[in-house]
Amino acid sequence: MGGLKAEAVAQIKEICGRYKDENTPLMMILSDIQNEYGYIPLEVQEIVSQETGISVAEIYGVVTFYSFFSLTPKGKYVIGCCLGTACYVKGAQNVIDKFSEILKIKPGETTADGMFTLDALRCIGACGIAPAVTINGTVYPKMSAGKVPEVVAHYVKEGATA
Amino acid sequence: MAKINIKIEGIPYQVEAGQTILEAAKACGYEIPSLCTYNHGECNVGSCRVCLVEATGARGLVASCVYPVAEGMEIRIGSPAAVEARRHSVELLLSNHNKNCQQCEKNGHCELLYVAQLTGARDDAFAGAHSETYLDKVAPGLVRDTSKCILCGRCVERCKNAHGLGILGFENRGFNTIVSPAENRGFADSPCIQCGQCVNVCPTGALMEHSEIDKVDAAFKAGKHVIAQAAPAVRAALGEEFGYPIGTPVTGKMAAAMRRLGFERVYDVNFGADLTIMEEGTELLKRLTEGGVLPMITSCSPGWVNYAEYNYGDLLPHLSSCKSPHQMQGAIIKAWWAKQNNIDPKDVFVVSVMPCTAKKFEKEREQEKVDGIPDVDAVITTRELARMIKRSGMLFNRLPDEPWDQDIMGDYSGAGVIFGVTGGVMEAALRTVYFKLTGKEHDPIEFTAVRGHDAGIREASIDINGTVVNVAIASGMKSAKVLLDEIREGTSKYQFIEIMGCPGGCINGGGQPYVRPVFLPNEADDILDTYKEKRAQALYTEDERQVVRQSHNNPQIVELYEKFLGEPNGHLSHKLLHTSYAAREGFNAVK
Amino acid sequence: MINTIDKLNENIAARTKDLQDKLSGADGKRHIVLCGGTGCLSNHSKEISEKFREVLADRGVADKVTVNLVGCFGFCSQGPFVKIYPEDTLYRLVKIEDVEEIVDTDICGGTVVDRLLYVEPATGEKVSKQDDINFYKKQRRVALHGCGVINPEDINEALGMGAFQGLKRALSMSRQEVIDEVLASGIRGRGGAGFPSGRKWQFAYNSQGDEKYVVCNGDEGDPGAFMDRSILEGNPLAVIEGMMIAGYAIGASNGYFYVRAEYPIAVNRLRIAIKQAKELGLLGENILGSGFSFDCHLRLGAGAFVCGEETALLNSIEGKRGMPRPRPPFPAVKGLWGKPTIINNVETLACVPYILREGAEKFASVGTEKSKGTKVFALGGKVNNVGLVEVPMGTTLRELIYDIGGGIPGGKKFKAIQTGGPSGGCLTEEFLDEPIDFDNLVAKGSMMGSGGAIVMDEDNCMVDVAKFYMEFICDESCGKCTPCRIGTKRMLEILTRITEGKGTMQDLEDLEDLSKTVKTNSLCALGQTASNPITSTLSHFRDEYIAHIVDKKCPAHVCKSMMQYVIDKEKCIGCGMCAKGCPAGCITRTDYIAPGHKLASFEIDAAKCVKCGACISTCKKDAIEKR
Ligand SMILES: Cc1cc2nc3c(=O)[nH]c(=O)nc-3n(C[C@H](O)[C@H](O)[C@H](O)COP(=O)(O)O)c2cc1C
Ligand code: SF4
Ligand code: SF4
Ligand code: SF4
Ligand code: SF4
Ligand code: SF4
Ligand code: SF4
Ligand code: SF4
Ligand code: SF4
Ligand code: FES
Ligand code: FES
Ligand code: FES
Repeated sequence: MGGLKAEAVAQIKEICGRYKDENTPLMMILSDIQNEYGYIPLEVQEIVSQETGISVAEIYGVVTFYSFFSLTPKGKYVIGCCLGTACYVKGAQNVIDKFSEILKIKPGETTADGMFTLDALRCIGACGIAPAVTINGTVYPKMSAGKVPEVVAHYVKEGATA
Repeated sequence: MAKINIKIEGIPYQVEAGQTILEAAKACGYEIPSLCTYNHGECNVGSCRVCLVEATGARGLVASCVYPVAEGMEIRIGSPAAVEARRHSVELLLSNHNKNCQQCEKNGHCELLYVAQLTGARDDAFAGAHSETYLDKVAPGLVRDTSKCILCGRCVERCKNAHGLGILGFENRGFNTIVSPAENRGFADSPCIQCGQCVNVCPTGALMEHSEIDKVDAAFKAGKHVIAQAAPAVRAALGEEFGYPIGTPVTGKMAAAMRRLGFERVYDVNFGADLTIMEEGTELLKRLTEGGVLPMITSCSPGWVNYAEYNYGDLLPHLSSCKSPHQMQGAIIKAWWAKQNNIDPKDVFVVSVMPCTAKKFEKEREQEKVDGIPDVDAVITTRELARMIKRSGMLFNRLPDEPWDQDIMGDYSGAGVIFGVTGGVMEAALRTVYFKLTGKEHDPIEFTAVRGHDAGIREASIDINGTVVNVAIASGMKSAKVLLDEIREGTSKYQFIEIMGCPGGCINGGGQPYVRPVFLPNEADDILDTYKEKRAQALYTEDERQVVRQSHNNPQIVELYEKFLGEPNGHLSHKLLHTSYAAREGFNAVK
Repeated sequence: MINTIDKLNENIAARTKDLQDKLSGADGKRHIVLCGGTGCLSNHSKEISEKFREVLADRGVADKVTVNLVGCFGFCSQGPFVKIYPEDTLYRLVKIEDVEEIVDTDICGGTVVDRLLYVEPATGEKVSKQDDINFYKKQRRVALHGCGVINPEDINEALGMGAFQGLKRALSMSRQEVIDEVLASGIRGRGGAGFPSGRKWQFAYNSQGDEKYVVCNGDEGDPGAFMDRSILEGNPLAVIEGMMIAGYAIGASNGYFYVRAEYPIAVNRLRIAIKQAKELGLLGENILGSGFSFDCHLRLGAGAFVCGEETALLNSIEGKRGMPRPRPPFPAVKGLWGKPTIINNVETLACVPYILREGAEKFASVGTEKSKGTKVFALGGKVNNVGLVEVPMGTTLRELIYDIGGGIPGGKKFKAIQTGGPSGGCLTEEFLDEPIDFDNLVAKGSMMGSGGAIVMDEDNCMVDVAKFYMEFICDESCGKCTPCRIGTKRMLEILTRITEGKGTMQDLEDLEDLSKTVKTNSLCALGQTASNPITSTLSHFRDEYIAHIVDKKCPAHVCKSMMQYVIDKEKCIGCGMCAKGCPAGCITRTDYIAPGHKLASFEIDAAKCVKCGACISTCKKDAIEKR
């Protein structure tokens, strides 16, 4: 359990403890860890394994099955470009390509400075305003490749000052 | 079970309700090609789609391995649509498969190759990119090669069922799915106990033992004094590789074959087993009478020792400090046989023939060396021995029955033979401990209460001159865990516990011949339920035939102590025959 | 606490009056409601609502006007919406800057703000009331009942809108009678397969089990569909009530909502609704003194489309990888934790209270012979009015696309409509007059699915669309079974080859072969339907495939490797704007000055162009075209 700090261990154990009364709560535990700890590396999975009695391989299998769970930390800003049908037919591919080009990362990757993660999403249910992009929960409606530089610039600035 | 009426290819049959189509068809005399299913639903997820048939009442084709029969159902196995669908499933598997069958050690036992031929899979149909593959050859015991994995999940289930361990699991999804220890680690980097149970069920070459035949060849080439020793369980199964019915003991032919392979000496590890009993029995008596950590637990199964080190570091003092029989015997060969023959121990190369993949790991342990020299240099499995025999041109069936080499360690007792089955070490130890405590042999010689051939816990209370010794036996880590948790909680009522890594003990070890019903046309349909019992019986029969049936009555053992070792648990014994353990970190490591 | 029927009746009466008064103005107030659906929230409707409060306070009318966020109006592309009761005036595309004007002109001045009204694209007419807009005219709200009207975070408004009347009636009936009522309504599952819900309930009712479960499938993985999200955001109590009725019918006392984590607002409103229902005693032990106890739990998905498949969903709730299980055993016999379980879609459950409240007959009075009631569609893609529409089954595709959807934008030509998402197929012009129902869509080579309806015009390449869906499926295949895991990859490889201009005619045969194999051999419906987009585009647009393969041309100019950007030198005025924005630096000036122009035109070096498309949108003279 080399790398984990004591408070991180305590945090993970606390999260596991929340669902003591629930039947098969693994997904809930992992969701909370992803949200609160930011990612779910193997060390964290080991603690979950000890707390729940589920083998590490099984937990690892679950973590790598669901695209929401991440083994590595995400960037400060997570850019999710919807590539669902409604968005795709309205040019979402160009939008994500533009983000890719500006940030110099492929979908699924995080910039070296840890600032941005670019994710391709499958429909966020905002198809009425396609193409949709979400950045840390804020939804950007009717995006276009042209609007991308401005949006990135905004977060670069915000990230630099924060 | 209630009977229902079905039709297969238009012919009416009565079958048991609740069966799958695959099972019912088998009972009626049809073998539907199948791949992922195994052992009455031990693995039954319907994933390979090789077993598709037409059945009325269902939409489209159904996977016969998971689809239940129903009254009035009409089944077509041979319809053009079903035949083609099965072939396509296999072709798709092959399109993402490393087809180097000629080099593949599973060839001959490979179920994929078998169904490929059976279904007439075409060359390079559906060709395309392969998934990223991984080859793990680091662990001494096992090799994992994802380029041959068909993702049937049998290994995943077996590791869970046998041990509750779940070392292997599915990772990623879709085309990138693999089966591996967490984080796609090597076996060596995970708390895998290297028992090889998963290898036994893997239908393809994706999981294999880590072969050491090359090492043996090299030792011959280098002109070493290559000595072979074979474990008891090997004789109970080796014959299967040569067409003998399961449960045929082939001790004499095995000795003859090993001799012809060029080994300078061929020994039976049963001698080592007798030695183990002398040491372990003495250790137990000491713990019982002088106050030591109890219950004492046997330590001759490296699969189990691995498990203990990973998961029960706090209980390690309970383990007997005895090395396992082949390690003891290896140490004696290098220390005593070499001396007698005026050979530098460094020029001696000891090859153990084992039913076991974990022994390949065990022999590498630092604690299994004497003055830096390993007790054993190579471990080959029963299957590897068969391969060596086959390539040498011998017709095994025509070999004469020959004895083991008789110098120094040729004798062995019946007690040593039964080491190969769960409860055997316990029984062997009891025979000797009883004698030591009472000065009399137990009558009858057998302690049948501790016998068995399957996983699960057995227990017995033995009254020895008024001292009641409570004993328990477990095989497979799932059962072992129950006993271990009792010890941890302080509620264990036993003084002596035998634990074996594999369910059923070494007769079912991870290096034993594959039991694949499709390749065993002469065995009964229920062979997967009975093979352990049959192999166990082979050992019990040999025990009965032995003149000497207690370790302490093995004359060469007596001689060894007189001329070399002194007394059991003495100074030299400790140096050569005892070992130590250390807790190891792993996933799920219990701190 | 509402723990008896009498108390419920009292409550309903009071709340209904409250709501009526509000809508009719009988309470002497004005009410501003804003769309608080995902689409409009992303267009700042929350900030707008705060601005309203501010301005109202500033103008001293805060006590005479309420401001509330409600669920999605369905017409998301025109959001954010502001509606003012009792006049029922609807403003669309409202911005923060418009708030003062609305307050001053409308609220205080009593005059409608003309410029914010919806304009009917066909006629140019301004419309001030929602019901007069063509988009809404043909709609009928059953599943969307209450959405966009009530405040979804206030159980009292739901009670005023009819909530719990269905449950009340159900509790007065025997369990079998409830099932019979659902059977009689003819409702079929809205989640995709269209299985008769009553029959599903009957199976679960007949199954023995000490414990049974109801699961609500809110995974909504079909990209382009968002009706379940809107229902959960707009009227979560309707779904809770539907689940309770189902629970009562089959004998379950626990229900699980499985909702996508991508839907935070829906999750939050569902949580609030469950909490409020519990506080009122409408969820929990001995509901309304009937002896029926029921509790609701919430589980989140984590980004796996296949978890919409019911057995995969169950595995996911059980903390496993979402890999489907072979069936039988069906969930109704052996479902969640091995107990009899029914899984119903959000929209299905949202219809259930209506059926019990209004009666099966009324529900069944609309629709076609075998598809009763209404269906919500998520109309998207190349259509003027993008949004959610609920129409009677049997509405034709033409009505959907042209009357409600307002036709194709930019005067482009309609090419196809994809229904049923990645499992469905595309339907061409010749099918426009086909009535939409479960069986008819299947008969025409597509399917209803969850109700996604994506319109495509001449600018969409159908091979590219097929590839898009196959990429999706390939990504989302759980990997359990051979045909889907490997077969979809193979199909994707072939489609990729074709779109890159490297396809052969043999590829078409292989595609057909693979399509068939993956369909017949796969374990679950994901694989069984995976090849539908290929099969249907191959049958309707084979010539497009052949154009890619033989002529090495993408007729819609979508597939980049077969398309070029070219400057028409006669049109180019030589402004150089395109060259400035070109990331590849491949646009340069030529020597040629077109007649009538002052500057030499530019040209594109095709070898260097990365086909980003930046230039084409920059050029004000339309001098750049795709070839
Ligand atoms: C791959 C796949 C994805 C599915 N996704 C959904 C979904 O997101 N929501 C849903 O309600 N049903 C989905 N379904 C259908 C469900 O399996 C199931 O039929 C449905 O939830 C049953 O509810 P209903 O009878 O009320 O429609 C999906 C099916 C498949 C095969
Ligand atoms: S696993 Fe079977 S099919 Fe694959 S290479 Fe080995 S023998 Fe051939
Ligand atoms: S079977 Fe055919 S392919 Fe295989 S080794 Fe023999 S000749 Fe070669
Ligand atoms: S060798 Fe044994 S412990 Fe290791 S993965 Fe295989 S079955 Fe599990
Ligand atoms: S390693 Fe072998 S047993 Fe395990 S999933 Fe792969 S093919 Fe099956
Ligand atoms: S039981 Fe025998 S075969 Fe199995 S791990 Fe132990 S020693 Fe090896
Ligand atoms: S069809 Fe696809 S999604 Fe369904 S079980 Fe098979 S691999 Fe998984
Ligand atoms: S498409 Fe992009 S790269 Fe090509 S010419 Fe236009 S701007 Fe330049
Ligand atoms: S922007 Fe248009 S008009 Fe201007 S140089 Fe480019 S092609 Fe010519
Ligand atoms: S397709 Fe992009 S939000 Fe639905
Ligand atoms: S053997 Fe039936 S699906 Fe694999
Ligand atoms: S989100 Fe506002 S109308 Fe749909």
